[in-house]
Amino acid sequence: MTSLYEEIPAAPPADVPTRRVTITVNGDRRTLDIEPRLLLSHLIRQGLQLTGTHMGCDTTGCGTCTVLLNGRPVKSCTVLAVQADGREVETVEGLSSAQQLHPLQEGFKQEHGLQCGYCTPGMMMAAKALLERNPNPTEDEVRWALSGNICRCTGYQNIVKAVLWAADKMREQEG
Amino acid sequence: MTETMDVTGSAIGRPLRRKEDARLLHGQTNWTDNIQLAGTLHMAVLRSPMAHAKIAHIDVSPALERPHVVAAFSAKELGELNGAVPCVWPVTDDIQMPPFHALAVDKVRHVGDCVAVVIANTKYAAADALDAIDVDYEPLPAVIDMEAALKQGSVAVHDAADGSLGTNRCYDFPLKPTGDGSFEAAVKAAGDDAVVVKRRFINQRIIAGFMEPRAVVASPMGMSNEMTVWSATQIPHVLRVLLALVTGLPENTLRIVAPDVGGGFGGKLQLYREEVLAVQIARHLGRTVKWVETRSEDMVSSHHGRDQIQDIQIAATKDGKLIGMKVDLLANMGAYLQIITPGIPLLGMFMFPAIYKMDAYEFSCTGVFTNTTPTDAIRGAGRPEATYAIERIMDELAAELGMDPLKLREMNWIKNTEFPYTTVAGLAYDSGNYEAATERALELFGYDELRAEQEQRRASGDPVQLGLGISTFTEMCGLAPSRTLGALKYVAGGWEHCTIRALPTGKIELITGTSPHGQGHETAWSQIASSILGVPVDDIEVVHGDTGRAPYGMDTYGSRSLAVGGQAIKKAAERLVEKARIIAAHQLECSPDDLDFIQGEFRVKGDPAKAQPLAAVAFEAFTAHNLPDGVEPTLQAEATVDPNDFSYPHGTHLAAMEVDVETGKVKIRKYVAVDDCGVQVNPLIVEGQVHGGLVCGIAQALYEGVEYDSDGNLLTASLADYLIPSAADLPSFITDRTETPSTTNPLGTKGIGEAGAIASTPAIINGIVDALRPMGVTDVKMPATPENVWRAIQAAQGGAQ
Amino acid sequence: MIPVAFDYTKPSTVDEAVQALIAGGEDAKVISGGQSLMPVLRLRMAAPSVLVDVGGIAEMNGVSDDGDHLLIGSNTTHHDVMNNALVKQHAGLLAMTAATVADPQIRHRGTLGGSLAHADPAGDLPTAALALECVMVAQGPKGRREIAAKDFFVDYFTSALESDEVLVAIKVPKMGDGWGYHYEKFNRTAQAWATVGVAAAVKRQNGTITEARVALTNMGPSPIRASSVESALAGASASADAIAAASTSAADGTRPTSDLHATAEFREHLARVLTKRAVAQAAGV
Repeated sequence: MTSLYEEIPAAPPADVPTRRVTITVNGDRRTLDIEPRLLLSHLIRQGLQLTGTHMGCDTTGCGTCTVLLNGRPVKSCTVLAVQADGREVETVEGLSSAQQLHPLQEGFKQEHGLQCGYCTPGMMMAAKALLERNPNPTEDEVRWALSGNICRCTGYQNIVKAVLWAADKMREQEG
Repeated sequence: MTETMDVTGSAIGRPLRRKEDARLLHGQTNWTDNIQLAGTLHMAVLRSPMAHAKIAHIDVSPALERPHVVAAFSAKELGELNGAVPCVWPVTDDIQMPPFHALAVDKVRHVGDCVAVVIANTKYAAADALDAIDVDYEPLPAVIDMEAALKQGSVAVHDAADGSLGTNRCYDFPLKPTGDGSFEAAVKAAGDDAVVVKRRFINQRIIAGFMEPRAVVASPMGMSNEMTVWSATQIPHVLRVLLALVTGLPENTLRIVAPDVGGGFGGKLQLYREEVLAVQIARHLGRTVKWVETRSEDMVSSHHGRDQIQDIQIAATKDGKLIGMKVDLLANMGAYLQIITPGIPLLGMFMFPAIYKMDAYEFSCTGVFTNTTPTDAIRGAGRPEATYAIERIMDELAAELGMDPLKLREMNWIKNTEFPYTTVAGLAYDSGNYEAATERALELFGYDELRAEQEQRRASGDPVQLGLGISTFTEMCGLAPSRTLGALKYVAGGWEHCTIRALPTGKIELITGTSPHGQGHETAWSQIASSILGVPVDDIEVVHGDTGRAPYGMDTYGSRSLAVGGQAIKKAAERLVEKARIIAAHQLECSPDDLDFIQGEFRVKGDPAKAQPLAAVAFEAFTAHNLPDGVEPTLQAEATVDPNDFSYPHGTHLAAMEVDVETGKVKIRKYVAVDDCGVQVNPLIVEGQVHGGLVCGIAQALYEGVEYDSDGNLLTASLADYLIPSAADLPSFITDRTETPSTTNPLGTKGIGEAGAIASTPAIINGIVDALRPMGVTDVKMPATPENVWRAIQAAQGGAQ
Repeated sequence: MIPVAFDYTKPSTVDEAVQALIAGGEDAKVISGGQSLMPVLRLRMAAPSVLVDVGGIAEMNGVSDDGDHLLIGSNTTHHDVMNNALVKQHAGLLAMTAATVADPQIRHRGTLGGSLAHADPAGDLPTAALALECVMVAQGPKGRREIAAKDFFVDYFTSALESDEVLVAIKVPKMGDGWGYHYEKFNRTAQAWATVGVAAAVKRQNGTITEARVALTNMGPSPIRASSVESALAGASASADAIAAASTSAADGTRPTSDLHATAEFREHLARVLTKRAVAQAAGV
């Protein structure tokens, strides 16, 4: 085996036990043979070449790898890819088309909610999960909803403003 | 509202939304780890589990038996390719600079020291094969504590048998004026009127904590003979020179690219061993080699910062006039000297006297080797340490004198009318208005109301006490005049470069030598160029971070990019306009002197209908069909600027701290930051820099601190133990700016990237100590964890009994 | 970092899971949400030969009303525990405690059963389970057995589960009328582990505390009941003074460690202060 993930119909290699999984990523259904130990984040980044999902730690602390798994925010470095079998994954690439920004993306831009941008996809996915459950959060609720995501550049203030901006926009669109 | 489309008026000073954001928001980015070239080999590094040991035996060959492994190296197999990592700042003539090889030779000197590498077809296979390497370590005693390291008979990190001096004293740097300028003489002269306060402050070790882990891809398969190196670095240009020197590869065959870089904070201002290893092994194997660190590796191998023991004395007259200051530092180098390790405390040397007038100043610093990860620059680099000491001891002095800490500061700071002012440390501050920043901060803070509440809480014995922390800081930024750096024995210049090209289609290409990693240079640089060229911000493309496309530069650190790089942009843009003016005059059949350049076009004075836009001039310069005699085709200009001096941003920060005296837990009730960074190119970006800096400094005050056990094991080895605060741990800040333009910089700008980190740490600790001072507390150890606060209270009360 | 290679199986019944554990032997490990196990695997602090993923076992999901207690499937996530109407109504302390675990992402993926079986002395949920006197339902080769919370947490990261047993569900006794509760978590940052935590449940009648349960997080190798506080509170008046007096013995019989985040001495101090605060909250004082 020369890589950790081989698209079907490549035959599973002989020397490593693999599992066949079907995962729908941003609406795209993919079937792959993978090593059981493959992290979901590595599958997303290297196997599926969706490099908008990042990795920043080994201990489930930084949140840069946050994606939605069946609509729930999870840290994809702390989920085995094999555990995502039969499920739907949404990454930052699924937020919008190249032309149309999601209100969260717009909010991050308007409120200068990003600097280096490394934490940003994880922040936005965690925020998306919040706004789906709570369309009108307080500043404090936003801060706690992002408590699993670390940013070293912004001091968080503009990230919080960005999420509140998006919440307003989304309520407007709904209403 | 898309502000970037607006082209009227000057783009400087406007809060334009960033051009950088679109890609980053879509995940369409180019982090080093995203680069997946065909046939790439993956490198994994075996690191020392011991702080100090002899490598009695090492055999990498079992790793070669593992699946998918292509090669494995220890120092022995690497041989000549095992380059030594340089330090470019030998601060004294007799500094001890031990060799620092990419892979440890015979001995390991800190946990995380690089021992061997495996090269495999996949990242997983490389990581797996590390287990197969056979190493026998013979443990040696480790020395972690700086004072212990300096004691006679201490184990030497680099001992005589290794060809070193056998002492942990790396260097002694004295700045000791004699006669009347000495601290002792000044105190003596004041006689009975002198009050001397002496304190020891520990400025603890921290990590940079950039979110994107370090990464490097070295590919010998570039164009022609080129070795292309993508690296998550702040310093592609410096890296090119150093990699050429270390590897022996001709500099003109090395291309360094800093693609999207996810934060640096000084931590990526470095030539790292893994960069040397990737390049050397890629060259040796003729294959692309990639290495991406894990956070666990980052904690032990990316350089740490701060880590000083500061013995500070300050003297004043009884009515509060400062007499002088004496600073004695121990600075922890760690196990090796990295790029500018020894120089960091010297950047602070100039800043201890800060904004205050005094007549005597003495400074000494001893650099100390220990069996710990090397230290180097982290956001502020030397200046946060100095600012912490002076702003903390000003509060202690105020308490000693029975004065309001703000009054004491006001009495001693340089008045707005006194600029330019040469400080006792020898710096010429160009401009500042401490009065204005302080007045605005007090207004936003509600100082008097909070003092009243403090009194009330004290009187009622409230379990939550309130304290007010002040920090009236300044810093020096914009590294720097090359001559000054030379005088300090720094082996590089401080200039910056810019080339601007007006392309035939009217678009502008701005090539900068700065190397942003989150700062928003693409937007801000476009604003500067737009304000001079009259071209819409969106028509300017900023090229950076690739020595193939932006060959000249000194990169991004020390709040230098705008302060120095901005000047180069201005000069290049002005030169481009001057060349265009000659062509335009030819086209319009008038004298160049008869042309005004307004909103991007040359207009004939008195006949504004006759005009030629810059784009038309650019096209003419491209076709070259009808250029004036002696004018060369193409429209471009370049400038390399060496600044006249540093610049000195300043500000007043006020923190209201609530302290739960039962548990020691503290909370930031209110934080006001009024900064003065001169002219703001983009206030939105300035605001973002302030916020980020504040949290960096607050994190040092309250949460972060690297801890080793006595054997040199890193206890804070993951983000589960090294606590970086999240959004839920922090408040929103109240910020504002005063604007006192720099007089030495033609744009009037000063740096802002480090200000927050420099100012906030003492504001927070001063606030906590202020809350507890009636209980007898005079200091709290950083980070001010609940236990450290609680212990300070216990110790003070025990002392009182 | 990257886990060591392992095999993986995903049974659909508890019986199959037990069979897989027997087949896997000593080195087999159960995984569900994986929020405790994955970091351990990634840091290579464990190298199981096979992971038995119980996440697909329907019986282990969800919350049901089972008379005098709730039956919570082990796979129920912290997020679902804290938002479940039955849990909020009958075992509010558990919902409140679940809301303090780690961060939103971990709460969406981590499970109640996993957290209890992990038996981390700094874990919050074991403390709540101890205070609520939960009963663990485990299944192994010899069938099912029930283990009281007080017997379940044995030592550092060690529960009473055998290596071939699966924690299927947790029986949570319903708190009747008159009970108040509070979980007081003390940590250094929002997502940090508890330095110390105190779970308190107090029954009040006419201004008197008739019964109190107080359990402590991270005050020893396993969660521990502050029994002397409990006895001092029983029959005491529901007043700040009485609660403060009772709380002075909160650290009695505890064995906290000293580590990076606190010394044992400070933990003992915190246990007393936080017990006072948690009980006061629970008693509505």
